[in-house]
This record gives sequence, C-alpha cells and structure tokens, in this order.
Amino acid sequence: MMIEPILASLQDQIVKTSNSYGMTEIEVVPSELVSVVQALMTHPDMPFTFLTDLCGIHLLEPTPRIGIVLHLHCLQTNTRLRLKCFSEKVDSPTLPSLTSLFSGANWMEREAYDFYGIQFVGHPNLCRILNEDGLTIFPMRKEYPLEDATRQDKNDSMFGR
Amino acid sequence: MSQDSRPAPQIGPSPEGVDGQGFFLTTVEKAVGMARKNSLWPLPFATSCCGIEFMATMGSHYDLARFGSERPSFSPRQADLLMVMGTVAKKLGPVLKQVYEQMAEPRWVLAVGACASTGGIFDTYSVLQGIDKVIPVDVYVPGCPPRPEQIIDGLIKIQELVQSEHLGRRNSPEYKALLASYGIE
Repeated sequence: MMIEPILASLQDQIVKTSNSYGMTEIEVVPSELVSVVQALMTHPDMPFTFLTDLCGIHLLEPTPRIGIVLHLHCLQTNTRLRLKCFSEKVDSPTLPSLTSLFSGANWMEREAYDFYGIQFVGHPNLCRILNEDGLTIFPMRKEYPLEDATRQDKNDSMFGR
Repeated sequence: MSQDSRPAPQIGPSPEGVDGQGFFLTTVEKAVGMARKNSLWPLPFATSCCGIEFMATMGSHYDLARFGSERPSFSPRQADLLMVMGTVAKKLGPVLKQVYEQMAEPRWVLAVGACASTGGIFDTYSVLQGIDKVIPVDVYVPGCPPRPEQIIDGLIKIQELVQSEHLGRRNSPEYKALLASYGIE
C-alpha cells in the first residue's frame, strides 16, 4: 500500500506535497484540515489512527506565517506522515480544532495556543496550559525577545551591545 | 580506663550576663535569641539541583541537625526558616508566596543558589528573576549549585541574624512596611 494514491484523492484540499527528512509532508488548506485528517484517519487500507504530535510553528521566510505541524502514524503499515497547516491571518491566527477526532489533541492545542496564540475553533477548553495565566504575550512568537523583559539590572554595555 | 578520662562535652558560649553561685542573669532578648538560634525548624522548598545539595546537607554526612535544625518541617505552619532551593518559575511564584504567608512569625528566608537568588542562567520569560520579587529574603547563598558547606554557611548566617534580632522587630513599622511592599498582610 502506497500513500501517494491516498494523497492524490485529496489533492483539492492539499496545497503542496513534498518529502523531507525521510517523511512525506503535506500542507493542507486550513478550512479542509478536519476533513483531510478524518479521511486519513478512516482510510480502509491505511488508517492514520495515531496522533504522534501537534505543535505550533512561526515562520518568517518567505512570508510571516503561523501554523501547526501534525505528525500522524499509521500503525498497521508503520507509515508516518507530516502535515502542516498555516493560518491565513498572522495577527490573530485561527485554525480548526482536531479534538473531535483525537482526544489527545486537547492539551497539544492548548500548548500551541499558550505559546503561539493560535485560536483553535471548536476546542472545548482553550486556555493556557504551561505558562502563568496572567501572561499577556505568546512567548514563542518570534516578535518577542527570549530574555525576561522585566529586569532592570542589566546594562547593555556589559553584554557588548 | 576511668570514665573521667573522656573529653569534657563542648558547650556553646553563654550570652552576656552576670554569672553567680547557682544563678545566671541575662536579658530575655538574649535568652530568647539563643533559644531560637539553636532550634530553627527549616522548611525545604526544593525545586531542582540545589534541592539535591540540600538533601546531602540534611543527611548524615553533613548533618544539618548539628546546628539545631533537627526537624525539617514539611508544613509551613510549624517552620521558622523557609529554605528556597532551585529555579522558581513565575507560575510557582504565588505558591511560594502562599507558603511564606502560612508561616508564623518570626520567620526567616534563605535563598539557596543562583536561581533562587537572581533567576540564575534562566533569564527568560517564564522564570522568576529571584524570589525576592515575591517574598523578603534574609540570606542569599551563591553557587550553581552551592556545596553543602556553603548551604551550612548560609544557615549559620541566618543563625547570627536570629540570635541578634531584637524582640520588637516583627512589630516595628519598618518591618510592617517591608511586608506591605510585598503585599503581605
């Protein structure tokens, strides 16, 4: 069983297909994310029933984009698939939630919201999971400095800048 | 060999006072200071590698009990000394403050290691840049992590503060202003 025919049947919902780091990678149209994952999950010959990981990503090149990366695993054929999905809005990124398909997506989507501010539509409890509740920023976005911004005892000249 | 040839037990120095036949006169403050100094109950608040060094400090080899800290208290309500050892995340800050608030007066705080003192190498959005952002600290122990000898040195510094603290300090306006600056009742 090859994955190509499955992806060919979904080509209207896929932006592009590539192969990197020994894994097939597809980028999905955001509005079709749930239907694509559901089709892959329920495929009779190659069901991708296991959600290995879901994380946020912020790319600056070629254009600034915020999205998610999913790793799906078909346990029957031991096939892995990397799936990317980018929101059209960079300022307030919005993507459909996968919690209706995978319960395990719940905390992973909360983490992606916590660090990148991605709004997952349909998530039952989208709130911060690791950071303090009072945090006003989404710290893994590349617009924020890594260093703590509240410190006042750091003299820039001591750090060569 | 008779029992008399054993070395005499070592007794710590007595406070300043008048020594007489069958009596000893000193001030209440000095007597209380000496008693408090030699019966500190520490509450270990250990979050990372400094906590491992504390475990060695508390163990038989370094033996913190020699300094009167025989009983580590795992309830803040019966503790005199809060020993904060390790990285405190900003999310943990309110928890640490609540533990401090549950301690009865008089209470002291020892910040052990670079992270508890300043945030250490974790100069980042998620880590508290020193526990003195949320609670007042009496003694800071440097090191990453400090050796047990350094932690004991910090404890002895605390003992010196405890012994010399005058009895009215906890009711003084200065102390109340200090707590108020941290938003503690």
